[in-house]
Amino acid sequence: MRRWLLPALLLAALLGLWQVACSTGAVAGALSLEDFLVPSPAEIASSLWENRELLAENAWVTLREMVLGIVAALAVGVGFAILMHQSRLLRDAAYPLVVASQTIPIVVISPILVVWFGYGIAPKVLIVALICFFPITVNVLDGLRSVDPEAVKMMRSLNASRWQRFRRVEAPAALPNLFTGVKISVVVAPIAAVFAEWAGSSSGLGHLIQSDTANFQVARQFATVAVLSAMALALIGLTALAERRVVSWR
Amino acid sequence: MSPETGKSQAVDMAPLPADTTGDGILLRSVSHAYGELQTLAGIDLQAPAHSVIGLVGPSGCGKSTLLELVCGLREESAGEVAVGGATEAEQRLARCAFMPQRDLLLPWYSAIDNAALALRNQGMGRREARDAAGALFERFGLAGFEAVRPRELSGGMRQRIAFLRTLVAGKPVLALDEPFASLDAITRAEMQEWLATALRTDPRTVVLVTHDVEEALYLCDRVAVLSARPARIVAELSGPAPRAADRDAAVTDPAFVAAREEALRALREGSA
Repeated sequence: MRRWLLPALLLAALLGLWQVACSTGAVAGALSLEDFLVPSPAEIASSLWENRELLAENAWVTLREMVLGIVAALAVGVGFAILMHQSRLLRDAAYPLVVASQTIPIVVISPILVVWFGYGIAPKVLIVALICFFPITVNVLDGLRSVDPEAVKMMRSLNASRWQRFRRVEAPAALPNLFTGVKISVVVAPIAAVFAEWAGSSSGLGHLIQSDTANFQVARQFATVAVLSAMALALIGLTALAERRVVSWR
Repeated sequence: MSPETGKSQAVDMAPLPADTTGDGILLRSVSHAYGELQTLAGIDLQAPAHSVIGLVGPSGCGKSTLLELVCGLREESAGEVAVGGATEAEQRLARCAFMPQRDLLLPWYSAIDNAALALRNQGMGRREARDAAGALFERFGLAGFEAVRPRELSGGMRQRIAFLRTLVAGKPVLALDEPFASLDAITRAEMQEWLATALRTDPRTVVLVTHDVEEALYLCDRVAVLSARPARIVAELSGPAPRAADRDAAVTDPAFVAAREEALRALREGSA
């Protein structure tokens, strides 16, 4: 209860403060701006309601990009982690490159991928996958390698084949790490999706924010951000729920 | 060849004639090194089938290395290790079940699935394996805990399941690496008594590594005292009353106390 109540109270207090600051015109006055450029929480909420269909449509586009990207990163990341775990040679050769790949800013590669793959969903999924690949691969590899060497000896002396050792010891040991990787992915996926849409798109929450910037639709921009955050939070919640079910021994 | 300095009772033991088919262990001037680091220097040791042999020695002397050598988890640098007549590491591994220092029960499996691990690895179906392992739960005081996950069990129970897992593998040789080191004194004494009972009903050739001289003398037919690294055998002693039903009486017996003092003296001299 306390876990939920305290942040909820703090959020309510901050929103209240924001509401007062805006409805009295204090912020707009201080910034010498028109009132509609500094929307209050109430105005954002009403924008959220009025634009619910538009927001839902675009949220669906972005959600698909995020989920497909994470799933792709999972498939490739887990596979790659297992390969690197099996082959010392591959690990030594590829691991530094996996780390180095994270230094490439998505802002830079997004437009290139749009040039290559067009305005459709493909470049967005690819960018989300590129971003999520790293936390998943590194975490799963760490999990696979975390197995106690004594446990490996024990399994060897209990007639386990290489496959049985993987299936009964290494894979379950890596599951909590896999979930850590997915949770990190879920947090960064919305950012990746928005950047990808900014590089070139005709729909999605990122696209909506971009076009609203041009039209000074600040209230709707805030509403869009709220939807994006809510989506990310829902995905984190789902991941945590799945983790509790799957990693039931913790 | 033998570097033994202490009183050795191994000398007057007959060689193992039936070793090619039996479950005995024979080590001949076995040495081992990790690169430059010499860990074992000329170990001679033999354990007839169904005997329990203890390895005691100062920390880090190479007892665990020696145990892993016997199991075929490591290769000797020189000399010969034979388990049931087999000298190849792979064949030794096939004959030995290794119980590591910590219980290392797999937290994602229930107690019974942990105990049945070797049977599952050997290709037995889940239900069949559970039935086979479950048959021993009653005898080992674990009835009713079959479906419980390891984290919910006490240290003593976890250790019993780890031992059960080793036993259920059906190997002729059990290699136990300080099986009770992590337990408190009372539980440890209980577990020693319990292991003694288990071995009376289901005799196996056992190699027991321990740093506890009393534990070794109570559980083992013979105890080899190792020196500091590089380890060699400085004394070999007989347990005065191995696995006696009444542990408390056995360990306070004057002969036992004398043997313990002798082992401790050998240990001290070997550590210096």
